Amino acid sequence: MEIILFSLLVMGVTGLLSAVILYFVLQKFKVEEDPRIDQVEALLPGANCGGCGSAGCRNFAERCVKTEDMSDLLCPVGGSKTMQEIAAVLGRKAGEQKPKVAVVRCNGNCEARKKTNYYDGVRSCKIEHNLYIGETGCSFGCLGGGDCERACTFDAIHINPETGLPEVDEEKCTACGACVKACPKHIIELRYKGPKNRRIFVSCVNEEKGAVARKACSNACIGCSKCVKECAFDAITVKDNLAYIDFEKCRLCRKCVDACPTGAIHAINFPLAVKKATAEPKTGETPETVNKTETKQPTA
Amino acid sequence: MKTFKIGGIHPADNKLSAAVPFETVPLPAQVIIPLEQHIGAPTVAVVAKGDKVKAGQLIGEAQGPVSANIHSSVSGTVTKLDTVIDAWGYKRPAVYISVEGDEWMEGIDRSGILKEQCDLTPEEIIAKIKNAGIVGLGGACFPTHVKLVPPPSMTVDTLIVNAVECEPYLTHNHRLMLEKGREIMTGIEILKKALKVDKAVIGIEANKPDAIKYMEELAASHDGVSVQALKMKYPQGGEKQLIAACTGREVKSGAIPASVGVVVQNVATVFAVYEAVQLNKPLVEVAITISGPSVKHPGNYIIRIGTPLGDALAMAGGLPEDTGKIIGGGPMMGRAFMTTDVPATKRSAGLVLMPESLSKRRPVMNCIRCGKCVEACPMGLEPYLLAQLGAKQDWERSEKEKVTDCIECGSCMYTCPSNRPLLDYIRMGKAEVMGIIKARAKK
Repeated sequence: MEIILFSLLVMGVTGLLSAVILYFVLQKFKVEEDPRIDQVEALLPGANCGGCGSAGCRNFAERCVKTEDMSDLLCPVGGSKTMQEIAAVLGRKAGEQKPKVAVVRCNGNCEARKKTNYYDGVRSCKIEHNLYIGETGCSFGCLGGGDCERACTFDAIHINPETGLPEVDEEKCTACGACVKACPKHIIELRYKGPKNRRIFVSCVNEEKGAVARKACSNACIGCSKCVKECAFDAITVKDNLAYIDFEKCRLCRKCVDACPTGAIHAINFPLAVKKATAEPKTGETPETVNKTETKQPTA
Repeated sequence: MKTFKIGGIHPADNKLSAAVPFETVPLPAQVIIPLEQHIGAPTVAVVAKGDKVKAGQLIGEAQGPVSANIHSSVSGTVTKLDTVIDAWGYKRPAVYISVEGDEWMEGIDRSGILKEQCDLTPEEIIAKIKNAGIVGLGGACFPTHVKLVPPPSMTVDTLIVNAVECEPYLTHNHRLMLEKGREIMTGIEILKKALKVDKAVIGIEANKPDAIKYMEELAASHDGVSVQALKMKYPQGGEKQLIAACTGREVKSGAIPASVGVVVQNVATVFAVYEAVQLNKPLVEVAITISGPSVKHPGNYIIRIGTPLGDALAMAGGLPEDTGKIIGGGPMMGRAFMTTDVPATKRSAGLVLMPESLSKRRPVMNCIRCGKCVEACPMGLEPYLLAQLGAKQDWERSEKEKVTDCIECGSCMYTCPSNRPLLDYIRMGKAEVMGIIKARAKK
């Protein structure tokens, strides 16, 4: 009995003493943290994707609270809406940012881009890219190894087994840029989602001269500059035998799409008939896309 | 017989062309000489379109301390400075020269008479090697003149000549010893002088008994030069493995051989040094092997740099119909080529043509934790772990596990009973970690 009492006493006193010491130590070394950081973090999606350039959502919340000017900061997952909410909490003004989406700039499907050799190593773009140009004659195009698919935390990009090319699910894509970083060929770009999700881009990154590019892939941009002449808004430039459409300047008139001899310029989510372009499809209907090869799910 | 202690494997050596003497590949109508043929900074062209050049004339000037000159291998007219598609499909800057006759620069001794006497000082020898654009011909293509000047904190006492040729199929080093043994001995004397060392060891694997015997005979009349016969084991030709086999010394992780007092030079490099110093001949031709199970006449060839490797292949009987894979270099460390229509460079060690049946990878199965890869790794690494970390892209841990020590010999993958693609992941991890380390150093 005595032993039990004694040990209880010793343990109790030690516990009490430790509690007192710990209390004072806590007071002494207390980390003052802005309570708003927690509030802001609660508003963020919590995906920790790194798309904002910070190391996770908490880090981004800290940046938001610390900075005075919030116009540069954007959580691509939450978009403008989340930024407005954060701005409201902090009593600041958020910058207006147009939503973006990942765009795959290669249309070298199995038909257009014939295989010249066979790769039997690990199916990883990074490994294949370190070894050689890939299975086709085009040294710029998609390798189809699916590094982008594995990098995506939102299940928004998938390799289509028929074309061997990645396809972006625009509903799920948050433009975090993980796939852009993962692609060793740099074919994925973040572009404006566009009004009604409509956008026009050159689906090729081949910088070879026209004949060489065409030989490797029938869907390649040959740098003929026909689109440049058609464009009334100076949105298209040709550099290194490759056309590029500046999405800041593009007004989605689609003249370049018709001018392109190889079909390298893609117009996404436009209604099929050009004449009925003004007539909007009713909600719920799925308008057919002009684009033949891309099978993205268009939104009404 | 000696060998290295850690790891190693025993692939069949398949030295089909060991008894075939060298043949010289005839001059093509045009040579394409790439301007990047070594580790380090690429060279800058010093000729322009329309220039007349002679064989042995400088066409690409070395940039920076780690770089090597490039010389024209033929006489003729520069037709253009353009790019050439390399064996892996990527574009590389190159000089195109249309061949006219075979005129050499003055001062280059083409008589073929052995010249043993060398009265130059070490500095003059190194300067000559530097001018001749000599690089390590064992595969890495590291500029030789840089290797001959070890950091002042390290004292070198031994020169090791790498004549192991542990890669299956390749035989050009073997033939070079048999046919140019005296020249190689002179080259060794020159390198000994340049390095200011008294001792030189020639490491030769036991599957070349004729070369061991011949070199031993020659070495008898050279002070301090000895031949070390080595038990067959791959990758004995690796620098660190060869040092361990010949001297028992261990080069620490990340250190260079000079830290244990050794400089290793490939036997082909030694021959190139002889030619450069004694005959004033820059590195414009290389020895290669064309071999493979279904090649009609496997053989060894002397080829001018810039000549398509396909020309040598044609002499060996052309591309076999059942070819599944064209490997540049040996089958263990060589990389698959997309085509044989690529110019020979200082890097070229030959072509090994594998039939379809032998070139396909076997189906990958799960790791059964047998530890064979760990046993086989000559660097004492854990390949299964490095591969896993590579697949997970955990570069921090990869660096801690010394992925950068990997010599990419492929022993782990060769020995894996589950056919796991270990080297694919490790190579990626190594490249990534190297990039990270470089970026950190820049900061």
